[in-house]
Amino acid sequence: MSWVELTAHELHEALKKKSVSAKELVNAFYARIESVEKGVRAYNTLTQKEALAQADRIDRAIARGETIGPLAGIPIALKDNLCIEGIRTTCSSKILDNYRPPYDATVVSHLKKAGAVFLGKTNMDEFAMGSSTENSAFEKTKNPWDLSRIPGGSSGGSAAAVAASEAAAALGSDTGGSIRQPAACCGVVGLKPTYGRVSRYGLVAFASSLDQIGPLTKDVTDTATLMNVIGGYDPSDSTSADLPMPDLTRALTRDVRGVRLGVPKEYFIEGMDPEVEASIGQAIETLKKLGAEVKEISLPHTEYAVATYYILATAEASSNLARYDGVRYGYRTPQARDLLEMYMKSRSEGFGPEVKRRIMLGTYALSSGYYDAYYKKAQQVRTLIKRDFDEAFKTVDVIVTPTAPTAAFRFGEKTADPLQMYLSDIFTISVNLAGIPAISLPGGFTKDGLPIGLQILGRAFDEERVLRVAYTYEQAAEFHKRRPSLS
Amino acid sequence: MKYEVVIGLEVHAQVFTESKIFCGCSTRFGQPPNSQTCPICLGHPGVLPVLNRKVVEQGIRMGLATHCKIAPYARFARKNYFYPDLPKGYQISMYELPLAEHGHVEIAVDGKLKKIGVTRIHMEEDAGKNLHEGIEAASHVDLNRAGVPLLETVSEPDLRSPEEAVAYLKKLREIFVYTGVSDADMEKGNFRCDANISLRRLGDPKFGTRAEVKNMNSFRFVQKALEYEIARQEKILEEGGKVVQETRLWDTKSGMTFSMRSKEEAHDYRYFPEPDLVPLTVDQKWIDEIAATLPELPEAKRRRFVSDYQIPEYDAVILTGSKALADFFEAAVKAYPKPKIVSNWVMGDLLRELNNENKEIDQAPIRPEQLGAMLKMIDAGTISGKIAKTVFEEMYRSGADLEKIVQEKGLVQVSDESALGGVIDEVMAANPNEVAGYRAGKEKLLGFFVGQVMKRSGGKANPGKLNELLKQKLQG
Ligand SMILES: [Zn+2]
Repeated sequence: MSWVELTAHELHEALKKKSVSAKELVNAFYARIESVEKGVRAYNTLTQKEALAQADRIDRAIARGETIGPLAGIPIALKDNLCIEGIRTTCSSKILDNYRPPYDATVVSHLKKAGAVFLGKTNMDEFAMGSSTENSAFEKTKNPWDLSRIPGGSSGGSAAAVAASEAAAALGSDTGGSIRQPAACCGVVGLKPTYGRVSRYGLVAFASSLDQIGPLTKDVTDTATLMNVIGGYDPSDSTSADLPMPDLTRALTRDVRGVRLGVPKEYFIEGMDPEVEASIGQAIETLKKLGAEVKEISLPHTEYAVATYYILATAEASSNLARYDGVRYGYRTPQARDLLEMYMKSRSEGFGPEVKRRIMLGTYALSSGYYDAYYKKAQQVRTLIKRDFDEAFKTVDVIVTPTAPTAAFRFGEKTADPLQMYLSDIFTISVNLAGIPAISLPGGFTKDGLPIGLQILGRAFDEERVLRVAYTYEQAAEFHKRRPSLS
Repeated sequence: MKYEVVIGLEVHAQVFTESKIFCGCSTRFGQPPNSQTCPICLGHPGVLPVLNRKVVEQGIRMGLATHCKIAPYARFARKNYFYPDLPKGYQISMYELPLAEHGHVEIAVDGKLKKIGVTRIHMEEDAGKNLHEGIEAASHVDLNRAGVPLLETVSEPDLRSPEEAVAYLKKLREIFVYTGVSDADMEKGNFRCDANISLRRLGDPKFGTRAEVKNMNSFRFVQKALEYEIARQEKILEEGGKVVQETRLWDTKSGMTFSMRSKEEAHDYRYFPEPDLVPLTVDQKWIDEIAATLPELPEAKRRRFVSDYQIPEYDAVILTGSKALADFFEAAVKAYPKPKIVSNWVMGDLLRELNNENKEIDQAPIRPEQLGAMLKMIDAGTISGKIAKTVFEEMYRSGADLEKIVQEKGLVQVSDESALGGVIDEVMAANPNEVAGYRAGKEKLLGFFVGQVMKRSGGKANPGKLNELLKQKLQG
């Protein structure tokens, strides 16, 4: 096995033992990128110079005999909606094509301090709007397990980079499933933390009340390790929770005895891929054998989740994306005779069709005369969906579902029908509306060898139990050890 | 006029704080364009606002000073519109759940107090400024002001004339200044006002269609713009027309208002709760703490000055015009407990000097204790009232010590009999005819002698002593 195929915690051990240097790791990963990126197209921007400089700092620290933290020298990819000072940050949009933020996101500062090495910025659906990364204004990222298929989205580049061993780990963002669904598609682990667990400062906003940054990794241990560094209260984000951040790696004990597992009947719907259903059924059996109690539960408002989400998320997005007006930064149309024309042309030339669709939807939902019927109603339903989970968590400790109704689909399969595309997030969206944590991890493979995602949901700020159940399953099932055959 | 005027005002006042409402940038005025900015107030992608608690505190203070109910639960909202001076494409303001509601302000109308309802007070951020002058084929944007904290105070439509509107504005301004919430300087744009105005037939319970008038940047222009608008609407109604609901701009040059946009063209601001900020909870303890720091407000102070110091209403109005002036007066009275005399000196000599130099009372080079000490010197006969004017001016200009001025400049009153007697002898010797006249019964000539002696002594003669001695000597 080459260095690039190892997990972050394995690489950390190797760095500590000096079996490899941080610089060698950076070079190994860029060599890997060089060899597979033509097929995968996970990255928008590579930051080799900065990566080597950081690796050099870590190597010198190691040479001085300093003890290094678990992320020091670990090559990581960042979704292209996370700000790094001075590094091109595009959100895969033409409107931010040449934008360089003047500041670091809070998670970026944390990672820099921890000594992590940034390899580059990964492709995504434009402004994180999509489930296939097909909405990128730049490249189409391919699924490393089958290059004719989508990697999921919107954090498709991050998921593909980790699956293709083009990064040891990555950060993504999840507004309606944008970490978990690509993690499922690409056979990696992805966590959407509790809303407020990770600072959003420096994450280019899509829908502020739903967005969360989270890790995409090769295994659950790496997810816990990354969370330890990026999680916690941040005074720069008023919605971040002022709670102590537990050491999540300590939750990784192989033990689910007595854990009450809820299986929501509303999630096993018609139209679900039978292979997905079978895999999840098996995963539940595995957890049962390991000592978990399985209970059927009900989340009665599930059917309204997608509609609710597409009103609230687009409403917030319509406002969040108003700042891209061509005045201060980003794309400005070369030809405009007056202010209004500059606004209209800059925005219509700068944004892609899905972003425009959502801005229009959101603008409509907030318009006077429609606000009560759409936005206000959706807020009320959101409360009901939250209440569903509160009720469920009175009788169970975690909830187990598939991450997505199907494995990764083919390019173009759903682009013609936005509604079909929206339904890819049917199992992930409620989690964002409720603000609770959820992880997706490999839960099996289809006959064609495509990964299937198992999703585990927990109570707000109970990432520990979510990770423990995930870890126990992962160690028993060992699906995480499979790697796609690229090259 | 057979119409009743109905006016409601919206006032935007810049809250006095060191830093902006949602970032750490300075609120300093008059700095080079865009020098007081950061990624947050420039609206960069990914930034988040963090509420400056000082602004909330100031908002609560203003709410309490206008007898509002402070909301236990308030919420910021986004007001969405596009404009180059608005970096995020929305302004963070408050909408459904403002900070304070249901208050009032008292104004004097024809010598009677009238309560004007305060509908609500809410916090919001200011926008930047577009710059057009001196720039060819382009406009620039200065975002120093973007994110500067504002309090918007909305009145009930309780005002019935331009005079009442101006009285209300002045009153509100006074409260802002008194509480230290804002320096409410209209010239600096720290105190801006929009008016909603309509006419209705006398006795009609229903309001007429209103127009909103903007861009009135002085009390005088508010008066003029409202007068113009009343006349305009009256003419329309008289001619059987209908007033259009619209926003109108006051133009100072022409002295008229012009239509800016109609109701149909009005912005749909698409307000919704600001998801980047958590709802604001204000507990009673915090309100009580702020209430305890609230200064005595102008109305109460004025009443107290009249009753405690026995000074005329007129004096009290002027002396309570600012807290600093009132404090000066009270400190001076403490040093010299004859309030009316202190009032005369403060309102006369002191304010005149300050006005000449365009200074505020807190820039006065004289301390109230010094004024008190000087007045005591007059009472003690050390200096004359007339000399005191010179002493005061000297103190004001040089800031020197009172005793020193009096000694060094030789301004001490001459009460010594031999010294005075010598001068009197000289005067009598130089004016034998007048001496004879006096002795022959022309007692009015005493004034002449007093004047002459004063002149020779440089005004330093103690008038009481002088009179006494003169009479003695003249009678021979
Ligand atoms: Zn700032």
